Amino acid sequence: MTTLEPRMLEPEAPAAADAAPTGHDRMRVDAPAKVTGTAPYAYEQPVEEPLHLFPIVATIALGRIAEIDDADARALPGVRLVLTHANAPRIRVRTDAALTILQSSEVHHRGEIIGAVVADSPRVAREAAALVRVTYDEQPAELGFSIDDPRATVPRRVNAFKHGSYERGDADAGLTRGTLVEADYSLPMEFHSPIEPHAVTAIWHDVSALRPRSTRLTMYDTNQGTGGHGALLAPVLGLLPTQIEVISPYVGGSFGTKGWPWPHLVLVAMAAKRLTGRPVKYAMTRQQMFRTVGHRPASKQRIRLSVEADGRLGAIDHQSWAPTSRLRSYVDQTVSATRMMYDVADLRTIHHAVVQDAAPGSFMRAPGEFSGMFALETALDEAAHAVGVDPVDLRVRNEPAQDPETGKPWSTRNLVACLREGADQFGWAERQPVGARRDGEWLVGLGVASATYPNMYFVPNRAGVRFTGGRYVVELQASDIGTGAWTVLPQIAAEALGVGVDLVDADIGHTGLPWAIPAGGSVGTFAWGDAVVAAARKFRRTHGEHPDEGDHVTATGRMPRGSRGYSRHAFGAHFAQARVSTVTGEVRVDRMLGAFAAGRIINPRTARSQLIGGMTMGLSAALHEEAHLDERFGHVVNGDLAGYHVAAHADVGDLEAITLEEHDPWFGATGAKGIGELGIVGAPAAIGNAIFNASGVRLRDLPFTPDRLFDAWGQPTASGTRATSP
Amino acid sequence: MAGHEVSVRLTVDGTARQVDLDPRVTVLDALRDELGVMSVKKGCDHGQCGACTVIVDGRRILSCLALAASYDGADVTTAAGLGTTDHLNPMQQAFADRDALQCGYCTPGQVCSAVAMLEEARAGMPSHVSPDVSDTTVDLTDAEVRERMSGNLCRCGAYVNIVRAIQDVAGQDVARAGGGAA
Repeated sequence: MTTLEPRMLEPEAPAAADAAPTGHDRMRVDAPAKVTGTAPYAYEQPVEEPLHLFPIVATIALGRIAEIDDADARALPGVRLVLTHANAPRIRVRTDAALTILQSSEVHHRGEIIGAVVADSPRVAREAAALVRVTYDEQPAELGFSIDDPRATVPRRVNAFKHGSYERGDADAGLTRGTLVEADYSLPMEFHSPIEPHAVTAIWHDVSALRPRSTRLTMYDTNQGTGGHGALLAPVLGLLPTQIEVISPYVGGSFGTKGWPWPHLVLVAMAAKRLTGRPVKYAMTRQQMFRTVGHRPASKQRIRLSVEADGRLGAIDHQSWAPTSRLRSYVDQTVSATRMMYDVADLRTIHHAVVQDAAPGSFMRAPGEFSGMFALETALDEAAHAVGVDPVDLRVRNEPAQDPETGKPWSTRNLVACLREGADQFGWAERQPVGARRDGEWLVGLGVASATYPNMYFVPNRAGVRFTGGRYVVELQASDIGTGAWTVLPQIAAEALGVGVDLVDADIGHTGLPWAIPAGGSVGTFAWGDAVVAAARKFRRTHGEHPDEGDHVTATGRMPRGSRGYSRHAFGAHFAQARVSTVTGEVRVDRMLGAFAAGRIINPRTARSQLIGGMTMGLSAALHEEAHLDERFGHVVNGDLAGYHVAAHADVGDLEAITLEEHDPWFGATGAKGIGELGIVGAPAAIGNAIFNASGVRLRDLPFTPDRLFDAWGQPTASGTRATSP
Repeated sequence: MAGHEVSVRLTVDGTARQVDLDPRVTVLDALRDELGVMSVKKGCDHGQCGACTVIVDGRRILSCLALAASYDGADVTTAAGLGTTDHLNPMQQAFADRDALQCGYCTPGQVCSAVAMLEEARAGMPSHVSPDVSDTTVDLTDAEVRERMSGNLCRCGAYVNIVRAIQDVAGQDVARAGGGAA
């Protein structure tokens, strides 16, 4: 195992000029533009004489459009186009049912895009859209699901190509050994909710009617990868990928929602095709962000596990139930982390899916790992309590020597070190027995949970290096969604080129650059990094140490040869101190510490921000986030930021992330692992476990709102104490 | 909508502007769609997220909840008016130094909000967590800063760094400092 030196990630002084470009703090290069508001996001790209689009959406959950009366809308001064299935361009290549919009009168879910108005101003477009009268033939929709749902099926594969079901040993026999811990857990539907809503400007250029191949479509978009969006949209729009130019230099947050093209992009492109030459702009409203741009599907889970008196796990049976859209299937890999996390010989893990007449779900930050590890890491705390073993020790005692799912050796696995170092720095030794620590009206407790996130690097990337004006430019279709790609890619290139980082710029965020996978699955820095290192080395081989103006190479970065022989994951441990009010049931998180072993840290400053950002989103999910789907009508009842609460400044107390020294050559040439998702995994379980330690109340349903504590406690007595107080 | 338009004069980041507007247009949409001032951001259009925060006549407002027609003659400062990329306002510099941003979309609103918030505290305005609302000397603890900044959501989760950035400059007169037009 690697020698571990904990390293605080507090921003430090800028690296000395002679220091290695990576492994040191580098100020975010786009910070000056962002703090002055001058970095141009999608809606802000300058275009000439734009028109404005507002969509028309279905107000039923299932059925057919009987009639569309758009006479009043067309009569409004300034309206240029009303687009519906009656006059929309035909889609001939149907690669994605969710993108195949305006092709028939069918309605598949409430909020589905069924038309649009384009007008001279955003106000007129919106007013006209409201004047379009749509009548429907409505049909009863199937909505809602439950554990042991009789309609459930087991998908062969779920997201990220994971198996729908997987077993080893004999789970039923194993569950009879030791103490049985059995419970159901649930997580609500969640929405990514980046502060920048989706926005796009499309310009359809018909260069020559005689030569269809001369058609060009320009899209100023906000997405996690311009090449992926172009490749996926092109066939739907009847174009070749080379005919679409996608520009997305700055992305105002994403968390998965901008990783896959959604139907509004097709809608705006269709409108632009009808209004050739005129830019068509669309800024999605916050309310529309809760309709057609994906969400984390709700999850219900059942765990049965057995634990021996010494804390060794006997067997685990972990099953999940989740809704999936009839329009396009998507199922999180909820129970996949349970397969590799601990040394358990007898195991059963099954995903069940229940078809719904609702909008498609999609990947949201740490899909699967987030939901499954909430249940597993809560169940482990229950197991530790049941047999009287410290929760940190219990996890250490079940540390597997190799991946129990594949039998492969770990590339690096430093979970135990994260648990130990985190416990030490957090002050885990101060933890009291359940309910023993009181501070006025507050009960105070500590909790722990593990984190993990797998290597999702599956395909090679390309990158270019160009020498111009005495400087180097690293070029690829990478995307900076707030991760720091603008900042760290030049660091990686500078190190491989052997020059100071201030001599290297990045050119990312638009098509026409070497192909790179979207910023997703926490692969960006290390997978793009492979291509950057390959290009830098090729540049030196080809052009030497003294290149000429314009010298340029491109190269392909691939997974290290032999890496498939290893099980490759990042690990971490969350520690939380929570307090619970005996008067209001409110939960406050005083402090959290995350200890992570995530390979080489390229830029400690931006890495720390990503890790604490993940922890903050985990805290937000623990305390607030919950979308309510109305099972009668199919809409999200609380679909905006007044109803769908995310953590605000006042919710976040002292929060710190540390990383342990680690270098993993099997992830790629940089030695780095992914960190974008690791920080959120397990965070809600650590908080829930702290609530149990504080109050004796075991909460198994997110979020941990006061009503759930009241339900557990029973009604308050007149004196302000609980009838069934712990 | 010709004939229904109203004439509105705004001073935006030190520059006098005049525009004829549909009376339904907010200060936010007037800035972004009519005047091309993109240093103010739209996150929700309903006063829920704070991304559109600007400083008007010294006070922070949610520009999405303000009709432009009722702000005729106002002096509006956006993040671009507080400082420039070459000459950042001390608050902006502190945000950069503390990495108090990731995607950057909420950031201009956070910066404007923070600058005006320090003025409010200096003026002795209490908050929900102030121990004594009659005490006109505000002790800007971390809890005070968090409470006073809670109208500005950051989904990337930069809150702890934003609080540090604000505390770095809490003793300074950042509303009048910096190299911008303001």
